[in-house]
Amino acid sequence: MSAVAMDSAAAEKPPEARRGWPATRILGWTLMLFWGAVAGGIVVYLVEVWNPALFDRYFPAYMSGLWVTLQLVLISIVIGAILSVPIAYGRMSSNRWLGGFAYGYVYFFRGTPLLAQTFLIYYGLGSFRPQLEAVGLWSFFRDAWYCAIFAFSLNTAAYQAEILRGAIQSVSKGQWEASKALGLDRLKTLRLIVMPQAMLVALRPYGNEIILMIKGSAIVSIITVYDLMGETRRAFSRTFDFQTYIWAAIIYLLIVEVLRFVTERIEGRLTRHLVRR
Amino acid sequence: MDSALTLLSFGPDGWGDNIALGTLITVCLALATLPFGLVAGFFVALAKQSGEPSLRLAGNIYTTIFRGLPELLTLFLVYYGGQIALQALMRSLGQETTIEINAFLAGMIALGVMFSAYASEVFLSAFRAIPRGQYEGGYAVGLTGFQTMRLVVLPQIIRIALPGLSNLWLNLLKDTALVSVIGLSDILRQTGIAARVTNQQFLFFGIACLVYLVLAIISSFGINAIERSVAQRGAPK
Repeated sequence: MSAVAMDSAAAEKPPEARRGWPATRILGWTLMLFWGAVAGGIVVYLVEVWNPALFDRYFPAYMSGLWVTLQLVLISIVIGAILSVPIAYGRMSSNRWLGGFAYGYVYFFRGTPLLAQTFLIYYGLGSFRPQLEAVGLWSFFRDAWYCAIFAFSLNTAAYQAEILRGAIQSVSKGQWEASKALGLDRLKTLRLIVMPQAMLVALRPYGNEIILMIKGSAIVSIITVYDLMGETRRAFSRTFDFQTYIWAAIIYLLIVEVLRFVTERIEGRLTRHLVRR
Repeated sequence: MDSALTLLSFGPDGWGDNIALGTLITVCLALATLPFGLVAGFFVALAKQSGEPSLRLAGNIYTTIFRGLPELLTLFLVYYGGQIALQALMRSLGQETTIEINAFLAGMIALGVMFSAYASEVFLSAFRAIPRGQYEGGYAVGLTGFQTMRLVVLPQIIRIALPGLSNLWLNLLKDTALVSVIGLSDILRQTGIAARVTNQQFLFFGIACLVYLVLAIISSFGINAIERSVAQRGAPK
């Protein structure tokens, strides 16, 4: 055994670092020069078109837009998380009607574009104005902001339900059986045994879902909610200055990268007992 | 209900033909983007799994940028940015013209780079699932690097990457809805016009959602057929 291990260790010398300029290295450096040129070009462009008046005027607008975006995502994610629990339950239940309903819900919201769903709710529900007025919900559905939250919550609930279902089903059946053998009831098993393991699996998908929501939230600017994208479009339509879009791109990239970094750190921290040293 | 059927009929009174045309444009856009996105994604994945650090970094920068930007913003960057850049180029050549980029082309480029950024991640994990022995075996029987890639590695990559790629295709189909914002007459724009003209918003946006659902269902049938045929061809005997 040890002789074999030693043999393979002797055979697998670390490959020698290639010297000189093989084709891949030339290509890699060319591409990096290209990215460097792009980055340098953007910096030069932003310095060249730097305009204190424009900055003073639109910086507060961008910040308020950013706040609107973050609020929208946060509220929708929380409402979606609450809604996702019964849907995930329905998806896992053996009741045919419940399962069918949950399947249909998830299929609809994952199979159609978020933009079309938002239009359906914001413009479409306007067709039922008399009925909505009768039940006193019209003031809710008249407002683009509430409609956006409503549409986004329903949408993310479908995705989160699938994440939750996948995570719970990734926990092996033996865990349920063992805790039944110990005399725990189903709710306790779920809370104490299954959920802690499922949440580890679900962490990365949840992080991705938040990132997708932040990116997807840009479309609310089309139904006149002034989020970061909405403020950007307003600034561009007033100034025809392309740097407005560049700033928005930088801000969005920063948020997404920070979120990705934080998710990875949390995951690394929570799964440190699984790393083999 | 009768009036709804009239509105959806084909011909001068109905909007059926407009919606059919929009569906055609949506499908064309998605189908036109797919090969470009697949090929670009494959090459970015090749770069990201190469032994050369600078090439890996270049590939990772590509993914970071185009996975991190909102879809709508990428579309605007391509559409308006492309127009401004082309106009500046023409001005430097001494020609004052107003250039309008075709919305279909802008949509294709924007959706293509986003698709390729995600596809490169799918391909990359497929590359990682292939053991080194496959490359070494190819080398041992005297294949060149390119032949090993084409005959040994690629067929396995496709089989492993197929589920991830089918998800991306469904996402692509949904993301095409965004080009309605820059004026391409896809499903959502056509139904939006119909909704405004007839004041039947719920009906027409509901139809739009249904058309997307039907496209998704047709796609999953197609994907299942492809998966079955690939599995049959590639199954170890």
